[in-house]
Amino acid sequence: MPKIAFDGQEYLAEDGESVLDCLIRHNVSVNYSCRAGICQSCMMMMKEGTPSEASQKGLKDALKAQNYFLMCSCVAEEDITISRPGRDFQSMETDVLALDRLNADVLRVRLARPENYSYFPGQFLNLQNPDGVERSYSLASLPDDDDFLELHVRHIPGGKVSGWIHTVLKVTNRVSISPATGDCFYTPGQPGQNLLLIGTGTGLAPLYGILRDALRQDHPGEIHLYHGSSTAEDLYLIDELKALDVAHSNVHYHPCVSQGDPPQGMTAGRADQKALEETGKLGGWHIYLCGREDMVKSARQKAFLAGASLKDIYADPFVPAVD
Amino acid sequence: MSDSLFNRLGGEAAVDAAVDIFYRKVLADDRISEFFADVDMDKQAAKQKAFLTMAFGGPNSYTGEDMRKGHAHLVARGLNDSHFDAVVENLGGTLKELGVSDDLIGEVAAIAETTRNDVLGR
Repeated sequence: MPKIAFDGQEYLAEDGESVLDCLIRHNVSVNYSCRAGICQSCMMMMKEGTPSEASQKGLKDALKAQNYFLMCSCVAEEDITISRPGRDFQSMETDVLALDRLNADVLRVRLARPENYSYFPGQFLNLQNPDGVERSYSLASLPDDDDFLELHVRHIPGGKVSGWIHTVLKVTNRVSISPATGDCFYTPGQPGQNLLLIGTGTGLAPLYGILRDALRQDHPGEIHLYHGSSTAEDLYLIDELKALDVAHSNVHYHPCVSQGDPPQGMTAGRADQKALEETGKLGGWHIYLCGREDMVKSARQKAFLAGASLKDIYADPFVPAVD
Repeated sequence: MSDSLFNRLGGEAAVDAAVDIFYRKVLADDRISEFFADVDMDKQAAKQKAFLTMAFGGPNSYTGEDMRKGHAHLVARGLNDSHFDAVVENLGGTLKELGVSDDLIGEVAAIAETTRNDVLGR
């Protein structure tokens, strides 16, 4: 009989018994509702073992890639170890390698990549200041090419972590970070599938990672990146993105400025509005939305109404800190 | 012995085909769209799928109690018969778009109808 390890305990599954039924039989408290593979309430992450195809049916590609599965649809055929989604948050210390200004408000932070630190570009990590306050920052670097972790940090007025990063943190200091998490990253999907990347402000960080990851994996479809800000001075990595646009025939960079007259080569208007206007029907597209929460919310609904499947919309809303 | 409604509709594949169409119709319907604002769209889609599976006569474990609890906050915001009717209408429109016959649409509507009093908290 296969063993199911969860929260430091082991449970023996009976023949043909689902992982969920086994845990319930052992009086383990877990979330579930429909028990039919639909509601996704009983989703867990398999740390050891391989989830069956049936147990991943209906999950987003990004969740499948991280070994998420539904306990009610999973019969263990081997010993497995499972954990609750996003609970594996053991922090670690690492060195600050470089701090470079990308524009007046945004600092590029490069940290030494701890050994065996695995992530997908576009996922986020939590960074802690010396007072133990944590904030989430998305990863713009590529694990296969870069030996550092790259974050883009905007100086938020009164920000407890961003203020410390901008005014106190120095190269060679050590900082505490969590493992990477989140489901906003590139998955190959269907051949020829087009990508629409929409970001405001430092929402560019995950998109910059996702864009380069897609190119690294020879993404065959079109890739449109709309990066928006109120003024041209607030945009950044403009030259790098223009260079990618020139070097790759399927990459299209659209810098958008929402206030005043934009300089030559930039579009007037909000990035999400322009993107949805110019691309039209979105059936079959993969869509990534990163930045202000209200933008992400409205763009998600509009993209869905324009024909995109919800399973193909990945979002990383920046939720303001409340502490 | 006749085949079950769920199988005659095409089973789980039919639910998968219907869920996006149905959700888009509901969001675009000004009579009811306000009830769907400010929700997590991924979670909502999973709920729509569970609802469609039940209305299609498929395997489900939904109870009247779930329906009451799940909609109580909407009843407090004024959810009434006219909104329920609009949802059933969108359900019918979805099935029509998928080429389902009027007879089968009637059977689905009849199952949906059995949830009316629980959804509206009566």
